[in-house]
Amino acid sequence: MTEITASRQSLLLPDARTRSRNAAEKRFRVYGMIAIGLAVLALCVLLVSIVSNGAGAFQQTFITLDVAFPEDKLDKNGNRDPAEMAKVTTFGYAPLIKSAINARIQAEGIEIEGLKKPERMISKEAAAQLRNFVLSNPEVIGETRRFEVLASGRVDGYFKGRVTAESAKRDKNISPEHLVLADALKNAGALETRFNWKFVTWPDASENRPEASGLGVAILGSFYMMLVVLVLALPIGVAASIYLEEFAPKNRFTDLIEVNISNLAAVPSIVFGILGLAIFINFAGLPQSAPIVGGLVLTLMTLPRIIIPSRAALAAVPPSIREAALGVGASRMQTVFHHVLPLAAPGILTGLIIGLGQALGETAPLLLIGMVAFVREYPDAPPEGLFDPATALPVQIFNFTQRADPAFVERASGAIIVLLIFLLITNSVAIYLRRRFERRW
Amino acid sequence: MFAKLTASTLAIFALTTTVSLARDQVQVAGSSTVLPYASIVAEAFGENFDYPTPVIESGGSSAGLKRFCEGVGENTIDIANSSRAIREKEVQACADNGVTDIIEVRIGYDGIVFASQIDGPEFAAFEPEDIFNALSDQVLIDGKMVENPYTSWSAFDSDLPDADIIAFVPGTKHGTREVFEDKVVLAGCEATGAFDAILSANGGDKKAAEKACIKLRNDGRAVDIDGDYTETLARIDANPIGVGIFGLAFYENNQDKLKVATVGGIAPSTESIASGEYPVSRPLFFYIKAAHIGVIPGLKEFAQFFVLDEIAGEDGPLAEYGLVADPELADTQMLIEDETPMGSGT
Repeated sequence: MTEITASRQSLLLPDARTRSRNAAEKRFRVYGMIAIGLAVLALCVLLVSIVSNGAGAFQQTFITLDVAFPEDKLDKNGNRDPAEMAKVTTFGYAPLIKSAINARIQAEGIEIEGLKKPERMISKEAAAQLRNFVLSNPEVIGETRRFEVLASGRVDGYFKGRVTAESAKRDKNISPEHLVLADALKNAGALETRFNWKFVTWPDASENRPEASGLGVAILGSFYMMLVVLVLALPIGVAASIYLEEFAPKNRFTDLIEVNISNLAAVPSIVFGILGLAIFINFAGLPQSAPIVGGLVLTLMTLPRIIIPSRAALAAVPPSIREAALGVGASRMQTVFHHVLPLAAPGILTGLIIGLGQALGETAPLLLIGMVAFVREYPDAPPEGLFDPATALPVQIFNFTQRADPAFVERASGAIIVLLIFLLITNSVAIYLRRRFERRW
Repeated sequence: MFAKLTASTLAIFALTTTVSLARDQVQVAGSSTVLPYASIVAEAFGENFDYPTPVIESGGSSAGLKRFCEGVGENTIDIANSSRAIREKEVQACADNGVTDIIEVRIGYDGIVFASQIDGPEFAAFEPEDIFNALSDQVLIDGKMVENPYTSWSAFDSDLPDADIIAFVPGTKHGTREVFEDKVVLAGCEATGAFDAILSANGGDKKAAEKACIKLRNDGRAVDIDGDYTETLARIDANPIGVGIFGLAFYENNQDKLKVATVGGIAPSTESIASGEYPVSRPLFFYIKAAHIGVIPGLKEFAQFFVLDEIAGEDGPLAEYGLVADPELADTQMLIEDETPMGSGT
């Protein structure tokens, strides 16, 4: 019988060393909770600041006006020749807006002392809106029509709390009298602040009219690029990972390729932009600012990020499946495509979607291929549209933050919200697919 | 599935090689100071003409001119915006790549202003000497050049507030920095007598003296801002005693947050800059590749539209945004009409 040398204390009472080990565990749990707390706090601060700044971008102030279209101004010869009518530029339409707002002020019986230039209430976009309307509906000349036009960025800012009577005094673009007029028009029902889909659908606008700027071109550009990435990166990435995982012999050469793929995933994305500029634009002669080039660059960037999880997914399929398939006489290719690939598909899809999400949020490589630009024309439908200039969502955010007019601050945050929603959707799809189809052995 | 995907891959590759790449919109790149003006004009151009809206990129004057000079052809840009005149070296680089006929268009003038937080100390009037004394690496005290000892504005000029010196100046990649150095720091250097002192100390080497003059202190009181004016504004917002350097247009759009100081007793405004009284201003340019006129649809029309009286004149949208109209706009219009390249004796 061995001698009992341990303490004679009861086993139910913890001794000093047990207590210290238990305390260490408790401390570690507290550290963990602090870390999670900090991360959640940072996320909350970020989300709250973005949403509180950006929610305003989805609201816009509109003013309803009765605009008269006098024939002597818009079609002097009276023959409704489209070419002749097109000669009247947007500058020719500005006076119509001026008289329309003056008429409205009179009709409502609003009198404000010291009010000058009430047309400053209206966005400069209105002239273009009227011109396009008249050119496509020449029959309205000589008539008066009711129009809803955008209010200027300053008036809009007043209803969002960005502009006050105090700040208007110091601002050359608006006066406190304009704000009084804005309130009067609102009471008369001629002015309304409401949800604005145009922020999502309209193209970018210049600094003179922040109220008319939107994300339409950027969203289309991002979508086209994702299309290119999907069409190229999925087959290439999956083919590469299947070959490497299932068919390639294990030798130094394939080892080298494996190491390189892992390294490529860690290369800073701007490097791919430089590569894209050199290969696709300077050498291949593809156009600048085009989604096809952006898509190709992002494909290069995303490929290793798709290959690595795809290989992991293939490797996770148990060898017994392969052996069973081979055992009943399937060829290796049949084994892979009939049995291994379908079982690995959820993992491959997750990797693909996360890779696409990363590509969607990427700005740096696009800087060098001319996509950080002011683009107002929507690209055509693919495939031709892939070669038209466009921007991308993260680029549009970058552009908005650089502008002088304070109204662009909320639009930048609004664009971030849109981008976050897209990312949230892609990630949710990835999680759903994983949950739905994942098999465990 | 696999075969189908491969087919679509091939289809895309085939497309990249077969779709004709003719470009139908004007491509512009260059100065971020000119960018807002160019985008205002591009927007109006797209609205009023059947040509597509030009694509405008920024990235800085030097970067724009570098791309401009890369050669002639559809995958090079048509117009370079610049907040300074093109340099001899750049003209040479252009010529080496076959870009020979360059049309220089001056669109107007831009003022550079000193502004501070609206609720901050009273920075109401600066002289170039003040800026030099506050920000230069070495200043003249009792006839000798010494390491800048000043920590507050009132230390060298009792009219200025007793506030710690902190100034946000544009980084060296900006065209604005060059104007700031030439027209303010150097002028202050000469006015305080520091220039002569350096000159007599180094044996009359003017170039070296100028270089020594514009060297800013590096003890953290002169902060280089490499981003845009929005970054300077954010820094001023956070720092009530800071003084920032902005373009006139940027200041005019943010008057609710900023107050401006006079320079040499003159308040910056489009009028005082147009008359030349306000000392810190510079011309803005764009450069057209003459070889692209007639190849890229709408290029000449866009350039002509840019300098119309309705656009770049005194009452146009550009002046409203903060551009100081060029009194010689009519000559510029003629220049584009005749497609007169630079250096052809005009």
